Amino acid sequence: MLKVKNINTYYGKVHALKNISLHLSAREIVALIGANGAGKTTILNTLSGVTPPASGSIQFEGEGVNGLAPDRIVKIGISQVPEGRQVFKGLTVADNLELGAYLRFRSRADRNAIKLDMQHMYELFPRLGERKKQMAGTLSGGEQQMLAIGRALMARPKLLLLDEPSMGLAPLVVQEIFAVIEKLRQEEGTTVLLVEQNAKAALKMADRGYVLETGKVILEGAAADLLESGETGFKTEG
Amino acid sequence: MELADQIAQYLVSGLSTGAIYALIGIGFAIIYNSTDIINFAQGELVMLGGMFTLFSLNVLHLPLPLAILFAVAAATAVGVLFERLTIRPLKSPTPLALIIITIGGSILIRGITMMIGGKDTHAIPAFSGSEPILIGTATILPQHLWIFALTALAITANKLFFEYTITGKAMRACAVNRRAAGLVGIDVKRMVLFSFAISSALGSLAGIIVAPLTMTSYDVGIMLGLKGFCAAIIGGLSGGIGTVLGGLLLGVLESLGAGLISSGYKDAIAFIILLLILFIRPQGLFTKAQTERV
Repeated sequence: MLKVKNINTYYGKVHALKNISLHLSAREIVALIGANGAGKTTILNTLSGVTPPASGSIQFEGEGVNGLAPDRIVKIGISQVPEGRQVFKGLTVADNLELGAYLRFRSRADRNAIKLDMQHMYELFPRLGERKKQMAGTLSGGEQQMLAIGRALMARPKLLLLDEPSMGLAPLVVQEIFAVIEKLRQEEGTTVLLVEQNAKAALKMADRGYVLETGKVILEGAAADLLESGETGFKTEG
Repeated sequence: MELADQIAQYLVSGLSTGAIYALIGIGFAIIYNSTDIINFAQGELVMLGGMFTLFSLNVLHLPLPLAILFAVAAATAVGVLFERLTIRPLKSPTPLALIIITIGGSILIRGITMMIGGKDTHAIPAFSGSEPILIGTATILPQHLWIFALTALAITANKLFFEYTITGKAMRACAVNRRAAGLVGIDVKRMVLFSFAISSALGSLAGIIVAPLTMTSYDVGIMLGLKGFCAAIIGGLSGGIGTVLGGLLLGVLESLGAGLISSGYKDAIAFIILLLILFIRPQGLFTKAQTERV
């Protein structure tokens, strides 16, 4: 579904991604793990068109997508849940979800579907349903994470990019959120690329994983193997 | 005239100038919220509203309602063009560069208007005569009523747009979090353009409805722009009720000060209020402290 080949991305003069290659098949959950500054978030932003790669190729469902603007990337089916949730704090929960479907408002047929999709989000995350009219900024961290995921899902992505969904959340809340991600894969066939510092939790859920260090992939393989090997040279807790 | 009657009179005129300031101030706030810049060319769009109305009345010989529509459309076009030509092409827009550009743009617009239209002060006919209406002991001009009605209408329409349409919500989303807005597929640059269009339309409307009372010329934009900026600062740069209250408060204080103390202090009062707010409550008078949970 997604094929990334030898991409290089720079932040100004910093060479943030060095010849990164990775691939995802449909319905897979793949974890990107590694320490702070390893380039995990940069990979997601490169895929989302926020920091386009200087070289290399990105193919999504057989089409080249490098160089597309962020809104085009959303349109072809890749949505990102950014690090630190980044919900629209001064807007209500319902407005946040609606904005997730922003690009779908242009077609009349989609407008009815959007209403149904919002209902579906409230079923998926009942706590959001209870807080429809509340400002997103007043939600707890876990609820904001759910809202950020819901907002991304409102675009009906084929590939969901999740950046550190567990950051700063209580273990119980993390479990709850990870359970929803697994449910999405099972029920809707969503493919997920998951960035996590919490390697253990991420690998437990994922099918495969890539380990990054200073902008390079240093290890890849089945999640179970990575989890067992423990030789990954980074902390597996917290 | 009794003091109470005088005060009633000052209140009427203060509220109507205040309404004008509010409209201009909301324009400032809308652009600030979507771009983080204070558009110091905002006052020139107010001036263009009056001057375009004059042009369409005297040169195009349009009837007044059409002249007003034409003037709003023309000023909006200028605002959009301004954004396209000066703000968007900037490669690395630092706030300072942007502010200097808007000041430069305002001088340019003023200069061109002066070259084409001359330096004269012009009168625009009141929308429906100038026979004063007596309310209690205060008199009110029909134009005041037009100002109240059109301002209320414009502010309500603006509010409805931002609350209930998906484009309005998208513009608010850009204001709150531009990066996340891009990630849900909102074209942030287009929202910036919209914000210039809306604030130009509001600003020019303000310039048009006030022109019959105060006359218009190529340089009315400077003072009106600064007063609108004061209103927006008092309102904490909110695009809504805060700035409206800020404008009304400013108009009333100015009018009371000019009437009861000395009319020479009219403008000074506005700027003293501006400085006090910036010193003491830079977040504005009507904004609650933000509580956020991360």
